[in-house]
Amino acid sequence: MGRRSLLSGVVSVVVLAVLLGGLPVARAGPAAKLEIFSWWTTGGEAAGLLKLFDLYRKQYPGVEIINATVAGGAGFEAKPALKARMLGGDPPDSFQVHMGRELIDTWVVTGYMEPLDDLYRSEGWERVFPRGVLELLRYRASYWSVPVNIHRANVLWYNRKVFQANGWRPPTTFDEFFALAERMKAKGITPLALGDVGIWASVHLFEVVLAGSMSPQAYKGLWTGATSWTGPEVRRALQTMARMLQYVNPDHAALSWDQANDLVIQGKAGMTIMGDWVDADNLAKGFKDSGWAPPPGTRGVFVALSDTFGLPKKAPHRVQAVNWLRLVGSKAGQEAFNPVKGSICARSDCNPQLFGPYLRSAMQDWAKDAIVPSLAHGAAASETWVTMINDVMTAFVNDRDVAKAQAGFAKACRDAGVCK
Amino acid sequence: MRLSDRAVAWALIVPSLAAVGVFVYGFIGWTAWVSLTNWAGLRPQLAWVGVANYLSLFQTARFQIDLRNTVVFTILLVAACMTLGLGLAILLDRGVRGEGVFRTLYLFPLAISFIVTGVAWRWLLAPGDPATGRLTGINVLLARVGLPPLRWYTDPTILHIHPDSAVGRLLDQIGLGGLASPLWGIPVAMLSVVIAATWQMSGFVMALYLAALRSVPDELREAARIDGASEWAVYRFVLLPSIRPVTLSALIVLGHISLKIFDLVAAMSKRGPGFATDVPAYFMFEATFHGDQYALGASIAIVMLVAVSLLTVPYLVSGARREVQP
Repeated sequence: MGRRSLLSGVVSVVVLAVLLGGLPVARAGPAAKLEIFSWWTTGGEAAGLLKLFDLYRKQYPGVEIINATVAGGAGFEAKPALKARMLGGDPPDSFQVHMGRELIDTWVVTGYMEPLDDLYRSEGWERVFPRGVLELLRYRASYWSVPVNIHRANVLWYNRKVFQANGWRPPTTFDEFFALAERMKAKGITPLALGDVGIWASVHLFEVVLAGSMSPQAYKGLWTGATSWTGPEVRRALQTMARMLQYVNPDHAALSWDQANDLVIQGKAGMTIMGDWVDADNLAKGFKDSGWAPPPGTRGVFVALSDTFGLPKKAPHRVQAVNWLRLVGSKAGQEAFNPVKGSICARSDCNPQLFGPYLRSAMQDWAKDAIVPSLAHGAAASETWVTMINDVMTAFVNDRDVAKAQAGFAKACRDAGVCK
Repeated sequence: MRLSDRAVAWALIVPSLAAVGVFVYGFIGWTAWVSLTNWAGLRPQLAWVGVANYLSLFQTARFQIDLRNTVVFTILLVAACMTLGLGLAILLDRGVRGEGVFRTLYLFPLAISFIVTGVAWRWLLAPGDPATGRLTGINVLLARVGLPPLRWYTDPTILHIHPDSAVGRLLDQIGLGGLASPLWGIPVAMLSVVIAATWQMSGFVMALYLAALRSVPDELREAARIDGASEWAVYRFVLLPSIRPVTLSALIVLGHISLKIFDLVAAMSKRGPGFATDVPAYFMFEATFHGDQYALGASIAIVMLVAVSLLTVPYLVSGARREVQP
C-alpha cells in the first residue's frame, strides 16, 4: 500500500507539473520547414497557392511546406484563428493579411511584425510596386509585408448572353442602373444578385456605391476624417443603396457571394456587384458569357485590395519565411500565382499575355485609374471599425433607415478614433 | 480512513482542483477584470474604467436585440422540448411496438453536434427564391401541397404589439407603452432556430422522462387503476407528480444551453436579417475576435455568466443541501 501510494503521489505530482508548468513540448523533425497560414481553400485561390508552393519547392528543395488554411469567405473564420495563435505565441512562419489598415492597425502598430526594409532594398521592390501600394504597406518609414496580388472590388458582372438577347447595356450611372433594373424585373429576372451571409458582401456593395457617389478624393477622406460621414454625399449613397436593395434576391441573407454569382450564370439574375474573384469563379465553373463593367459612377476609379504576406516576430523558421517572401514578391511568383487566382500582379512588370481577357482589362485600368482603398477587405479601415460598420449595415439592410445608418456610421468613425 | 489513503485521495484530487481553479475560476476572474478595463486592440491595455462597458453595452441596440432574442429562444425552446419530450415519453411508455427503434431514433440527434444540426437545418429551411421558383428543402414540400414557401431564418418580420392597435393604446394608457415595440416582439426568423434546436434536444427530454416514468413502481399504477382512476387520472395524479424532479433537471439543462447558445446560430443563420437571430454569444465572438474589442467582449461574457448562474446556482445549492442533510 505504501509503495502504491508513493507511486500515485509521484504520478499526480507529474500531472500537476504538466498542467501548471506546461512542460516544454519539443517540436520534432528537421528545421527546414515552412508554415504558411491563409484562407485560400477553394477553387482558384487554392490552386494559386499551390502554384506558389510548387515554385518554392523547386527553388528550395528539401523544405517541408505546411499549408495551414482555414476556410471561410474574406477570412471571416481564419482571422480569429490566426489571432488566437499569434496571441498565444505560436505564430506561423508567414500569413496572409490584407494590405492597408488591417495589416497596420492589427499587426504592425501592436508590434507583432518585423520590418522588411532590407528585403525591399535587396529585391528592388520600391521600383516595381506602384506608389499607391507602397503607401499602404508603409508605417513609420518601414515596409511591413509583401503584396502578392491586387484585386479590384468594384466590378459589375453580368450575363452577356442575357444582355445581348434583350439589347441591354451595362449601366454607367445610378439612374441607368435603376431603369435597367425595372426592365429586368418586368422580364422576371432578379436585377441584382446579392449573397450577404455574414454581411460583408453588403458592406462590399456599399463601398462600391460610396465610391460611385463621390470623388475618389472625397471617398479617401472618409477613412482619414477629411470627409464627413454626416454630409450629403454619404446620405445620397445610403439612399441609393436602400433603393438597390429593392432589386436584390429575397434570399440574399442565406447565400454566399458565389451562390449569388450562380444566379447570374444561370440567367436568373441580371447583375452582381462583387470583386474580381468572380472571374476565377466563372472560369472554374466553365461560364464563358461573363460580361463586366465598372459599377455606376466608378469609371476611372479602382477600388483596390491586396493580399500580402508578412514576417511575424519569432517566426519559427525565419530563413525559410524570408525566402517565401522573396518568392511572393518576385516576378516569377506573381506570374505563376495571379492568372490562376484571378487577380493581377502587384508588380507593374508582369506579362499581360499570361492573363485572361478580364484580367488584362483590369491591368490596363490599374495603370491609369484613381486607386482608392476597399472598406470590406481591410484596406480602408481597421478591423475594429469594419466590425462596427458591419453592425450598422446589418440593421440598414433590414430597416433601410438612412438617418439611423448615417448616425451609426458617424458614431463608428468616432469610436474608431478617426473622427472627432 | 488511514492517513496514507487520505494522502492518496488528496494527491489524486489536487491536480484536477488546481486545473479547475486556474482554467475555470482563474479565467472567470480574468474575464471579469478585463470587462472593467478599456482593452481594445490586440495588445492588452488594462486601464480601469469601472462599469462603463456594461453601461454602454446595455445601451447598444444590438445587445438589446440579443437579450430579447435570448428570452424568446429560451421560452420557445423550453416549451417545445418539454411538451414534445413528455409527449413522446408517454407514448413510448404506453408500450408501442418496436420501442427500442423509436428510442434510438429520438435520441439520435443528441449524438450530433449543434454545428452539424445547424448546417443540416440551414439546407432544410433554405428560403429559396419564390419569385423565380428556385426552391429548396422543406419549401419544396410546402409547394407540393400547395402552400406558399416560407422565408424561414431570412424572414425579417418581428411579431409585436403595434402602438396604434387597441392593446397598444391600452398599454400606453397604463404607462407601459414601451412594450408595444419590436424590442418586445418575437422575431419570426428565430422560429427556424428553435425548430432545429428542438429537433436536437427534445429526444433528450424524452429519455429523461421515459426513465422517470419507468422508475415509478407498477404497483402504484395498478393500485390507482384498482381504485377506479381513469388513465388520464393515473397520469395526472400519480405519474406526473412523481416525476417532477426530472422536470426541474430538464429545465436547468435546456435553460443553460439556450442562454449560451452559439454554435447552432453560427452554423445556421448567423445574425439573421437585422440581428433577428443574433445572440449574446455571437456578438461576443464578433466583438472580441473580429473587432478586437476585448473589454466589450468580456462584459458580454460576464453578463451571460450571470444569466446562467441565476438559473443554475439555486438548483446546485438546493441539491447540495439535500445531499448534506440525510
